[in-house]
Amino acid sequence: MLQIAFFSVLNGLVYGMLLFMLSSGLTLIFGMMGVLNFAHAGFYMLGAYVAYTMGLYIGFWPALLVAPVLVGVAGALVERHGLRRVHRFGHVAELVFTFGVALLIEEVVALVWGRPAKAYEVPALLDFPLFRVFGSSFPAYKGFMLLVAVAIFLFIFAILSRTRAGLIIQASLTHPGMVAMLGHNVPRVFMVVFGIGSALAGLAGVIAGPVLGTFPGMAQVLGSIVFVVVVIGGLGSLTGAFVASLLIGIVQTFAVALDVSVGNVLMALGVPARASVALHDIWKVTIAQVAPIMPYLLLVLVLMIRPTGLFGTRET
Amino acid sequence: MPRPKNALILTVILALVIGLAPDAAPQDTIRIGYIDPLSGPFAATGENGLNQFRYAADAINKAGGVLGKKLELVPLDNKVSPQESLIQLKKVIGEGIPFIFQGNSSGVAHAISDAVQKHNERNAGNRVLYLNYSAVDPALTNDKCHYWHFRFDAHADMKMAALTDVIQANRNIKKIYILGQDYSFGKAVAEAAVSMLGKKRPDIQIVGNELHPIGKVKDFSPYVQKIVASGADAVITGNWGADMIGLAKAANDGGLKVPFYTYYAASDGVTAAIGAAGVDRIRLVHETHPGNPTAPKALGDYITGYRKLHPQNDVNQPRIHTALNMLALAIKKAGTIDVDKVAAALEGLEYTNVGGDQVIMRREDHQLQMPVYISVHTNKGIKHDLDASGFGLSLESKVERDKAMQPSACKMQRPS
Repeated sequence: MLQIAFFSVLNGLVYGMLLFMLSSGLTLIFGMMGVLNFAHAGFYMLGAYVAYTMGLYIGFWPALLVAPVLVGVAGALVERHGLRRVHRFGHVAELVFTFGVALLIEEVVALVWGRPAKAYEVPALLDFPLFRVFGSSFPAYKGFMLLVAVAIFLFIFAILSRTRAGLIIQASLTHPGMVAMLGHNVPRVFMVVFGIGSALAGLAGVIAGPVLGTFPGMAQVLGSIVFVVVVIGGLGSLTGAFVASLLIGIVQTFAVALDVSVGNVLMALGVPARASVALHDIWKVTIAQVAPIMPYLLLVLVLMIRPTGLFGTRET
Repeated sequence: MPRPKNALILTVILALVIGLAPDAAPQDTIRIGYIDPLSGPFAATGENGLNQFRYAADAINKAGGVLGKKLELVPLDNKVSPQESLIQLKKVIGEGIPFIFQGNSSGVAHAISDAVQKHNERNAGNRVLYLNYSAVDPALTNDKCHYWHFRFDAHADMKMAALTDVIQANRNIKKIYILGQDYSFGKAVAEAAVSMLGKKRPDIQIVGNELHPIGKVKDFSPYVQKIVASGADAVITGNWGADMIGLAKAANDGGLKVPFYTYYAASDGVTAAIGAAGVDRIRLVHETHPGNPTAPKALGDYITGYRKLHPQNDVNQPRIHTALNMLALAIKKAGTIDVDKVAAALEGLEYTNVGGDQVIMRREDHQLQMPVYISVHTNKGIKHDLDASGFGLSLESKVERDKAMQPSACKMQRPS
C-alpha cells in the first residue's frame, strides 16, 4: 500500500505538472480574450512533432529550446492573421475558428508525419531510473519533467506579478477597455499572450511526447481535460490553474489505485450487498474503473458550489 | 417567375445536380464498404487496415478482378464509435453497397452485426453481408451468431487457449495480472484467461483482474504501479492501439520486467514503443506466420511489396488478405454479387492463405478455422521488422488448425 501511495503521489505530481504547462497558457488566453481556444492542445501536439523531427538532426536538447519558440511563433501568427479578423464577429465565430484550427492541425500532422505513432524517445542522457524503491523504479526523465514545470510556474508568476508587462496583462484580463483607453496596444498584448500560451503548450508537447506517445490523436486525448483544469482553477487565474492541475493529477492517479466499490463501502458500513437488489451492477463498479470520470465529476461539483472556479474572480 | 439571370443559375444548378446524381445503371465495380476508425486515437490502426485492404484489392484487380469487375473500397470513418458506425452502415445500405468489412472493436462489431441481422430480416431484396476481419469477441460466433456475419480472425478463446498453453509450460509463473480495455473484447479476454488458467494451472494465482476505459487513459503509470505492487510474475492484456503504446511505455518507465502475454502488442507504433526493453519478454498470439525467422515465400514477397508502398506501415493483419480473397472466391463461385448466393458460397469455403495455411469457413458458426501462432518480440534474426524499428516478431510455436478449434454454441438460423 505504501508503495502505491508513494508512486501515486509522484505520478500524480508529474501528470499534474504536465497539465499545468498546458493549462497555464490556456487560462491566460481564455481569461484575457474570452476565447475557448480549442486549438490549444493542437499546439501541444505540434510541439511534440516538431521536436521529434528536429531531434533527428540537432538532438533533443537544442530541439527542447527551439521547438517551443517555433510553435509560439505559429500561435502568434494564427492570432495576428486569423483570430484577430474573426474577433469582430463575436465569440461564437472565434470559437468555431479555433475549432477549425484544431482539426486543421490534426489533419496536417497526419498528412506530414503519418498516422502511426512516432518513435520519439527519451534522450539517452536521462534514460535511467532515478531511484528504485519497493521493486519499482522512477525514471529520471519524469524528475526532469517536474523540474521544468516548476521552473515555468516560477517564471510566469514572476513576470505576471513583478514586471510592467505582467501588470498590463493582468489589467487586460479584467478591464480590456480601460487598458486600451490608457494607450496600451491591447491587440498586441493579445498576440503576445497567445504566442506565449502556444509556446508553453508546445513545450509541454516536447516534454510529454516521449512519455505519453507521439501520434495524431495525442491532442484529442488531452484536449478536454485541459478545459476542465482551467474552469476548476478559475478563468485567468494562474494559481488556480496550478492548484487545479495538481488536484486533478493526484485525484486521477489515486483513483486508479483504489479497488473500492460502492458495494465494499456499504459492506464495511454493515449493509449486506445482495445480488437481488436493484442496480446491483452499479454497486460493483470500483473507483479505479471510473477514475477517468473523476475530473469531470470534480468540474460539476466546483461549478455547483463555486461557479467562479477555485481562484477565479469572474463568473464562468 | 424568377428573373432571367436567376433562371440561368437555376438551370446550371439543376444540370449539375442531375450530372452528379448516382447512376441507376448497374455498377461496373464491386463496391465494398470499410467501416473503421480513420480519425481519433485509433486512426493509425484503421488507416493501416485500409492500406492493407487496398493492397490486397489491387492485386486482385491487376489479375483481372472478379467476374470481370474491379473491386472498389469505400472507406467510412466510424471513430470506433458504435453510434457513428450505425450511421455509416445506413449510408452503405442507402448506396446499395452489398459488402461491409469492419474489424476494430468488438463493441462496434456487436452494433453492426445486430443492425445487419435486423436489416436483412426485413429487406430480403436488399441485403448486406458483414465480413468481420478482426473483432474477436467469441460471442459474435456463439450466442450472438447469425447467418450474415462471417469472421476471418481467430476469436479470443482460440487465442487464449494458445496463450495459456504457453503459460502452462512456464513453471516460473505463479501470479498473473490481467489488464484490459473496458468493453466486450476486454471482458472476453479476462473471462477466458480466468477459466482456462483455472483448468490448466490451478496453482496460478490471479493477483489482479482489471479493466480501464478504452482510449481514455492518458498515463498508464498508475496501472503499472498496481501491477508491481501485486507481485505479479506475468501480465495478460488484450490492449491495442494507443492503449497498448501507453501501457508499453509506462511499463518500460516503471521498470516492470515481467513477461507480457498479449493479443496486439506489435505494429502501428507499438513495436517501436516497446523497443529493446521488451526483447524475449513480450509474446503475442496471432493468426498467420509472423514472417520471421524464415517466412514462407509468398508471405515474404507480400510483406516486401507492401513495405515498398507504405514504408511506415506493416502487414500486421494478413487476415485482411484472406478475408478479401475468400470473398472474391465466393463471388466467383456464386457467379453473382447477390448477397444470399455469396453467403451460401462462403459457407464451408476452403482457402490457402498467404502464409501457406489451409483455412476453412466453418458452416456451423461462420468462424474461420485456422492455425494460431505465438511469436516473441525480438531483434535477433528479424528479416521483416515492424515500425521500421529493427525489432519484430519471431515465431515461437504454432497450434495446428485442428487443435486450435473451439466448440461453438451457435444455433444458426438459415434463411428459408
